[in-house]
Amino acid sequence: MADYHWPPANHRELIGKKIKRIDGPAKSSGRAKYSYDINRPGMLWGKMVGSKYAHAKIAKIDTRAAESMPGVKAVVVMIPEGGEVFWANQEIVAVAADSEERAEAAADAVKIEYQPLPYLVHDDLQTAGAQFTKQLENRTNGNPDQAFQQPDLVVSEGVYGAPVITHCCLESHGQVTEWNGDHLTVWESTQNVSGMAGQYAEALSDKGVPVQASNIHVITQFMGGGFGSKFAADTWGIACAQLAKKAGRPVKMMLERDQEQTTAGCRPSMYARVKVGAKRDGTLVAWQSEAWGTQGPRAEGSPRIPYILEPANVRASYTGVMNNIGPARAWRAPNHPQMALITNSAMEDLAAKLNMDPMDFFLKNIDLAGDHAKIYRDEFPIAARLIDWKAKWHPRGQSGSGPVKRGLGLSIHTWGGRGNQSNCQVVIHPDGSVETNIGSQDLGTGTRTVINIVAAETLGLPLHAVKVNLGDNRYPPAGASGGSTTVSGVSTSTRMAATNALNELLAKVAPSLGTTPDKLEAWDGKIQVIGNPSKSISWKQACAKLGASPITGMGRTNPALMSSGVGGVQMSEVEVDTETGIVRMMKHVAVQDCGLIIDLKTAESQVYGACIMGVGYALYEEKIMDQLTGVCLNPNMEFYKLAGLGDVGEIVVHMMTGPGYDERGTIGLGEPPVVSPGAAISNAVANAIGVRVPQLPLSPDRVLAALGKGGMA
Amino acid sequence: MPSNDNAPPRGGEKACDGADSGARDNQPPDLSRRRFIKGAGIAGVAASAGALLADRTLAVEPESQNGGTGGAPGVLGPGAVPVTLKINGKLHRLSLEPRVTLLDALRNHLDLTGAKKVCDRATCGACTVHLDGRAVYSCTTLALDAQGHEITTIEGIEPAGGLHPVSQAFWDHDAQQCGFCTPGFVMAVTAYLNHQPNPTLEALGHALGGNLCRCGTYRGIKGAVLEAARSIRAKGGQA
Repeated sequence: MADYHWPPANHRELIGKKIKRIDGPAKSSGRAKYSYDINRPGMLWGKMVGSKYAHAKIAKIDTRAAESMPGVKAVVVMIPEGGEVFWANQEIVAVAADSEERAEAAADAVKIEYQPLPYLVHDDLQTAGAQFTKQLENRTNGNPDQAFQQPDLVVSEGVYGAPVITHCCLESHGQVTEWNGDHLTVWESTQNVSGMAGQYAEALSDKGVPVQASNIHVITQFMGGGFGSKFAADTWGIACAQLAKKAGRPVKMMLERDQEQTTAGCRPSMYARVKVGAKRDGTLVAWQSEAWGTQGPRAEGSPRIPYILEPANVRASYTGVMNNIGPARAWRAPNHPQMALITNSAMEDLAAKLNMDPMDFFLKNIDLAGDHAKIYRDEFPIAARLIDWKAKWHPRGQSGSGPVKRGLGLSIHTWGGRGNQSNCQVVIHPDGSVETNIGSQDLGTGTRTVINIVAAETLGLPLHAVKVNLGDNRYPPAGASGGSTTVSGVSTSTRMAATNALNELLAKVAPSLGTTPDKLEAWDGKIQVIGNPSKSISWKQACAKLGASPITGMGRTNPALMSSGVGGVQMSEVEVDTETGIVRMMKHVAVQDCGLIIDLKTAESQVYGACIMGVGYALYEEKIMDQLTGVCLNPNMEFYKLAGLGDVGEIVVHMMTGPGYDERGTIGLGEPPVVSPGAAISNAVANAIGVRVPQLPLSPDRVLAALGKGGMA
Repeated sequence: MPSNDNAPPRGGEKACDGADSGARDNQPPDLSRRRFIKGAGIAGVAASAGALLADRTLAVEPESQNGGTGGAPGVLGPGAVPVTLKINGKLHRLSLEPRVTLLDALRNHLDLTGAKKVCDRATCGACTVHLDGRAVYSCTTLALDAQGHEITTIEGIEPAGGLHPVSQAFWDHDAQQCGFCTPGFVMAVTAYLNHQPNPTLEALGHALGGNLCRCGTYRGIKGAVLEAARSIRAKGGQA
């Protein structure tokens, strides 16, 4: 049995270095072909008709006019007459035509009659009404009532929250489908290449188009953003395959931007009325919260607050508001940004009431973080130094007499990030070429590069000597890329597969070097006696001994090479114009651990990107619904605001590496750094202006309202 | 040649917006601006958009290379008409309905897929191409309207056997994650550096404010633009 381990620090040529992503040239030259870019011979374009109502029964569907239009080749009714729609723009009918413009016109020509039903598109618990709400949690630990009665307890109360936001993937959801007899090929924009065929087979069989999963070929070479919203074979994928079957031609159907924004996923809202108490020395004693939020038509699960710092005495309830805004999907670090915002805002408000520096307050209570307390203790001083906390932090509101105020805020976060179940095949060919095959996908996180680094490091080869194949379900199955699970899934399975393949090669080579395989290593393009380059043969010579047959090494996710559970500290400095209400992020510091880092360059990019995404949801993003008509008012990118390049100040990232961190093995990184920006920025604004702006995004009207200067919030 | 005044608009130069009209009696709006512009027929667009577009959409210049439209002023469409586009130095003769955008002509008719369709209404810049060296949103430029101009797509800037200095700098600075916004950014940066070879960090927020990224690659982009500028200056050439 081979022994699998990561090479020691002094024996790493590639792992942990800053290595440029290997698919960078394809992307920055425009050569990379995303699913949206696939054009097939004879291909049709598909478009969908969405519901005009937020909630309705479909009374009548008339597709005759659409079907008779020039160039229209197929129509598929996705929800039949008598069916129900649960949000405005929910997809009902799909059409395919020989040009994109004709498909669009045909979709417009479909006539649908509705029987409107009662709907709710806001998430206000007080006015929602009983039929739209469901209590999902009500837990009590310790004795909160008694705890809040303690003399000398300092208590802070507040309401905090974040609205529904969308994923806003730049490559909208969708796919190209093509039949060849009873075989189906799908170029899908998905985070779940290996898990897609089974979903297609099941759903298509339900629609009377039987196809075996083994006959479905799924390809995703490049993916233009998912963030948790692209795991499923969606209704439009199934309809696309049906259209292609009916028309006998390939069909491309990607969501229009308004559909992407209304239908293809949003992050649940969360609000809470919080009461939290501590002793005068800052020791956290009790927490009480009534929380609510919406995740669309269904209510399930319950985000857990307080986040990380949970005292002995807690009462916490959560009520789901079931409304007609379209279903929530996992959004990068599901629930954590909302839980962090509410908890860490309440904690900083309490610290302010205690006249304590919030960093001292968090550190005073950090043992409540359990096993991760040491990580935060390591990280706090680093973050504080990088943002110059001790010099710049001031008590709340003491930020000078001018109209522009500066303030600092902080937040902490955690995440699991254990590897998904992945399988890797490493093939060493007799000519010395090497390939890795794995049914994973690269969302832009650097998955290709990570696999390349691990395989090359293991085989003692340069990066370019290894060809990385992924994004195709004909390769060994790999888990979906969600929840920061991919880096451990692919790097531990690749390490194992490459080690197995190498061991076989060493066995073939050992006799010619007059030794046994256990005395050999792959290093610097050679197979050599361990530590002795003079007794070696080149990689190419070694592989030539294979004769005609390549070596295949298999590996799967290896728990011994990975772990889970990370901690991160972020601090933010903002400037608030108290006359206009405009908030600017001036500087943001992120200190993050993720165990053993495979590629420091793309790891840092994940953290930078998360902080920038965080600026977006902290300051700009909100899915705005109109209760009068039931529709989304900003299903586009001019009124659904993402942060632009000029909205982002200086960002400093520090990755925790070296002793104490590397030996944990790999841990996922995608989610954790996106958790804290909302809380850190909200806290910085409170520090700057002396009052809490209770809800994200921290838009000018909300800031002015909090300052008592009007505004709509 | 057209003056700057009637060149195809970029971004905020939109002349009409039908998206939020028509919400009466609790009826959700029925008409999107995109379909209005692209579906109403060219005469309708010109009437709404006013003088900005009128002379170039209504009247086809007789001496231009648009093969067979006859040159008589009048309404084009709704059927396909001959359209000639000069893209990356090469003439392409196409038959397109007048409502076809430059972006759709590139992607759907010529398989030039570097420019991406994202917001489809002149906000995000993923569709950025050059028209006579200026960055434009190809999603809101009609293909018809791009006739007679030098169209450059990202496929046209790559030198043989290597990356364009801007693309190279994006790679070096990891100014890309999913990469879907990247070609649009590269084209916007290239046009900008031709106009401003010595950019400052402070100027970039405005200069690149017409492009959006979802993964959060702006830090890398800032570094990439400054490095690309240095690299192009060192070679003494144009971006």
